[in-house]
Amino acid sequence: MTIARRLSRSGRRAGGNSFARVLHAEWTKFRTVRRWVSGMAAAALTLVLFALLAGASSNQQGSPPVPTGPDGGPVTDSFYFVHRPLAGDGSVTVSVSALDSSIPKGPGDLRPGIVPWAKAGLVIKASTRQGSPYAAIMATASHGVRMQDSYVNDTAGPPGPVSPTSPRRLRLDRSGETITGHASTDGTTWTEVGSVRVSGLGSTAQVGLFVASPPAVGGGGTSVSVSTATFTDLRTHGGWAADDWAADPSGDTWTGTQVGAESPTFAGYPDNGSGSVTRSDARFTLTGAGDIAPAVRDSLPTGGHLRDILTGTFAALIAVIVVGTLFVTEEYRTRMIHVTLAASPRRSRVLVAKAMVLWSVTFAAGLVGAVLAAPLGERLARGNGVYLFPVSFASELRVTVGTAALLATASVLALCVGSVLRRSAGAVTTVVVAMVLPYVLIAVPFMPASVSTAVATVTPGAAFAVQQTLVPYAQVASNYTPYYGYYPLGPWSGLAVLAGYAVASLTVAVVLLNRRDA
Amino acid sequence: MRGALHAEWTKMRTVTGPLWLLLGAVTSTVALSTVAASVVHCTAEGCGGDTTRLALTGVYLGQALVVILAVPCISGEYGTGMIRTTLTAVPRRATAFAAKALTLTGVLAVAATLAVLGSLLAARLTLPGLADPALSLSNGPTLRAACGTILYLILIGLLSLGIATAVRDSATGIGVTLGLLYVVPLVAQTVGAPDWQHLLQKIAPMSAGLAVQATTGLSALPIGPWAGLAVTAGWAAAALVLGGLLLHIRDV
Repeated sequence: MTIARRLSRSGRRAGGNSFARVLHAEWTKFRTVRRWVSGMAAAALTLVLFALLAGASSNQQGSPPVPTGPDGGPVTDSFYFVHRPLAGDGSVTVSVSALDSSIPKGPGDLRPGIVPWAKAGLVIKASTRQGSPYAAIMATASHGVRMQDSYVNDTAGPPGPVSPTSPRRLRLDRSGETITGHASTDGTTWTEVGSVRVSGLGSTAQVGLFVASPPAVGGGGTSVSVSTATFTDLRTHGGWAADDWAADPSGDTWTGTQVGAESPTFAGYPDNGSGSVTRSDARFTLTGAGDIAPAVRDSLPTGGHLRDILTGTFAALIAVIVVGTLFVTEEYRTRMIHVTLAASPRRSRVLVAKAMVLWSVTFAAGLVGAVLAAPLGERLARGNGVYLFPVSFASELRVTVGTAALLATASVLALCVGSVLRRSAGAVTTVVVAMVLPYVLIAVPFMPASVSTAVATVTPGAAFAVQQTLVPYAQVASNYTPYYGYYPLGPWSGLAVLAGYAVASLTVAVVLLNRRDA
Repeated sequence: MRGALHAEWTKMRTVTGPLWLLLGAVTSTVALSTVAASVVHCTAEGCGGDTTRLALTGVYLGQALVVILAVPCISGEYGTGMIRTTLTAVPRRATAFAAKALTLTGVLAVAATLAVLGSLLAARLTLPGLADPALSLSNGPTLRAACGTILYLILIGLLSLGIATAVRDSATGIGVTLGLLYVVPLVAQTVGAPDWQHLLQKIAPMSAGLAVQATTGLSALPIGPWAGLAVTAGWAAAALVLGGLLLHIRDV
């Protein structure tokens, strides 16, 4: 009876459960080598330590608050505004006949230039407070007429630039919370551009003209710009005292205000200039800088984001690459591989078991590190007055789990490269160079955006896209490059590129392990 | 010492690995420099940056091959047990270690010179309109950048040797060295406060040492060219002293 049971048990061991046995053997090997376990612990620890460094090293105490829009996101809300309070419903129309921008070439050398998103038009805004709700219709330098509201929404209208020979007439109608924008070239045929609901405008809103001129993007950086627009035929109709402002130029009820002069999202004027309005008869000439738009990394350089907090991923990556490589190359160095393959003659199983054990251990270590690092670093940074780009819970979860998966997959890649090369030196260098060097190179100032985009798409380093939390906006010109935290691939596609490399190298490693003598 | 040097040179010469790695270091440096010079958008006014530095971009990659050459010089001996033979033949450990460092310096000097001259030549061919004076060795700052880059690569080799002697394992030695070179500048980018950022850039062996390549905008650098190279030299010296000391006091 006892003998029979023993026989059947050993029989089962030799048969169906043998993969579990290989897995168990590999887990025992990993667990009992103190250097590998401490290497994994070091990886988790570096994530936390670098998060603490990132949080503690920045200090923004006392800097003006970052304006936030109705949805809580950071915004740029700085522009030159010529306005007056108007209660209830009504309409306002104006004609924009010129919009010209200037960019400084050097100190004190302002030259005419093209700022594609320079804006001039009509706006209805709850108040002159930054971040207050609004809806606007505008002529832009290169993107035609646009209707925008709530900072993030943008609707295209009739295309084409404005000029004195081809002015653009704009109209905004308020009816309760609904604001409708129209554009026209002749003042008789109006095309509806958009109709939006804006809550929180209040019964009396600030209505008027605005000019904004966002920083010009070029050469990997940005430079401040200033734009001047000419408006004629400003009229209010409907519920808003039907007034012909052209006919009554003395009625000085319009006020010129620079909105958001002291704001972290406002780049300022070239040569410390300022916004202005001049009025001659029926003509208003406004000069302004800034933008009414969601804030991006360029416009809020002092803002931190989750990727910065998790900068220790690069250090942790090197630790897990070293451990992953040693997990197989040590077998060759100590000749342990002969024992391993004698115990489990089906060689591919050994490698798959190693990969599974290593992936799980690294994932666990990375997850522990990231779960601790992210909230600790964020808390420290906020305590130091640093504004952090807001992240939803789902995104934060994705970044945390994704960082652990990135580390785990990279260690498996290192394991497979180590199995192919059988030498730790070459394997560690190959994987580190493939994943970390791209990020060193894209920080070189003259590297063009196309190169950094290409590098973040094809190298295994593309996996860092899983840490992205910033959103690019089509209506905001900016440097949307990996250096600034904008990746060409989506979070999971970036990770899939690394996984592809890992699977390909695992296949090569299995084929070579089967073919070569150990 | 002569005997020890001869022994180290024989070891280096008779194994094929180092030769391939030296060739690899030269080729990868020149290749990456050429790629960098060809992708950058240049006008007659320049490349929106430092042309000499652009032409020497390949060092970012080349140094990794220098590290894989230098680390196994000693950790490979620990891996195979050869270190016992070495120290039996040359019982004065300081002498054995110095012989390794000198041999490494010699071969790296040759390889680094080829890599730097090759990169400058490649950039001259890629950017014909900009060859003078930025890429000519008769230009003082360019000569300084070229000589400094050669010294930088040698120093990275010595830094790797020191670290490898201390940790006695190739994978760990390479991990630590590459981490020190690549990760510290990456961390510096994300640190919020400018003074911390400058401090990290001043003390990191790579970003400080490569300041020697700058030929324009010197006042904007966190550290001067030669001072930066001195920082890297300090790192290399500290690693060599630590490695030498541990080699002296530990059992093999």
